[in-house]
Amino acid sequence: MIRVVLPQHLRRLAQVDGEVRLDVAGRVTQRAVLDALEARYPALRGTIRDHVTQQRRAFVRFFACGQDLSHELPDVPLPEAVAGGTEPFLIIGAMAGG
Amino acid sequence: MSGVRVLLGTRKGAFVATSDAGRQRWDISGPHFAGWEIYHVKGSPADPDRLYASQTSGWFGQVIQRSNDGGKTWAPVGNQFVYDGVPGTHQWYDGTQHPWEFKRVWHLEPSLTDPDTVYAGVEDAALFRTTDGGQTWQELPGLRGHGSGPRWQPGAGGMCLHTIVQDPSHPGRLFIAISAAGAFRTDDAGKTWRPVNRGLRSEMLPDPKAEVGHCVHRIAMHPSRPGVLFMQKHWDVMRSDDAGDSWHEVSGNLPTDFGFPIDVHAHERDTIFVVPIKSDSEHFPPDGKLRVYRSRTGGNEWEALTKGLPQRDCYVNVLREAMAVDSLDACGVYFGTTGGQVYASADAGDSWAPIVRDLPAVLSVEVQTLE
Repeated sequence: MIRVVLPQHLRRLAQVDGEVRLDVAGRVTQRAVLDALEARYPALRGTIRDHVTQQRRAFVRFFACGQDLSHELPDVPLPEAVAGGTEPFLIIGAMAGG
Repeated sequence: MSGVRVLLGTRKGAFVATSDAGRQRWDISGPHFAGWEIYHVKGSPADPDRLYASQTSGWFGQVIQRSNDGGKTWAPVGNQFVYDGVPGTHQWYDGTQHPWEFKRVWHLEPSLTDPDTVYAGVEDAALFRTTDGGQTWQELPGLRGHGSGPRWQPGAGGMCLHTIVQDPSHPGRLFIAISAAGAFRTDDAGKTWRPVNRGLRSEMLPDPKAEVGHCVHRIAMHPSRPGVLFMQKHWDVMRSDDAGDSWHEVSGNLPTDFGFPIDVHAHERDTIFVVPIKSDSEHFPPDGKLRVYRSRTGGNEWEALTKGLPQRDCYVNVLREAMAVDSLDACGVYFGTTGGQVYASADAGDSWAPIVRDLPAVLSVEVQTLE
């Protein structure tokens, strides 16, 4: 079970409270987690990554285990602790705007 | 019981103000979608309980919200706006060509007859349409593809398609406006388009009478006389008596002819309203006095409407989407400011009072007259 923490605005859009828990089949990668997240909550499509290019939106960041994984390739496996559910995958609205 | 519902889009959420026909006491709900920029909220003329909202964020992009119960509850619908085919390029600020990139929806215009059909004007400028209540959106590519697209360039606010006007007597006819490309018309429901900018004059262009490149801010029409259009351009208030084929200036005695919104009285088709703004670099009312100007002669002769509006130290702006009229008798007029005030007049502009004074900057105002 993968744990995902969404920023407040996306929690409200997806109408969820607290962490999201997802079953991810196969390798646990950024792409696999986001695919599972968008399948469960279609309202999030296009808000984290572009509909067509699948690129992360510029002011969205991915953190886990104290690391910034935003610039990792989408098919790189996420840390064991995320795959094992002991640590959450954090989706962050970047500090921006002054 | 009749009344009005005022739909307000602001920099940090949507608000809905409701009143009975007296329009003196208001209930405000919101913020809906708190923290997001709400560029536009508009109801379907065919089903007043069907509302659409454009919700955008620099972080999370574009969301479209739909309500089926007059704004009590909302649900997100489709937010995928993909340009038809190869997007191509338009002119960039430095004169080079720049690829079309979707940024946000500025304007949602529900069909006059079908609640599930809505037009969306977007930045970078293009026109999209849904026919399934917002679940899916398709571009009407004839607009960008008609030939002048590579010469369009963004205004200071971005290259936005911000105005969509439907001709109720001619179902295939639409007018749209783009900053800074100008006005365009289709007579075949969006398949083919042509610029309708003859008579516009923009001194900031190398050719002031160019076919495209004009910074049109807003176009308004009275539904009973769709061949007559009124335009607030970057500078100049303009009028067309031939469905946009030609325009002539009607700025007349306005203190400045710069501004953003323009609207037409619901029952008097030669009565129009504008809010003069000092200049393109000083986006506030002249002399610190917030004045709506009304012409009862279809332009040229204007009177200042000041009763109830601040007449000193006022330096707000009124954006292009931020004025609307209701169709009660007497006609109500509404506008919102970048300072977060929303003013209403229940007597066609003779006197004004704030509905609410401390919202985030108001981006759009629409009014539904409820039976």
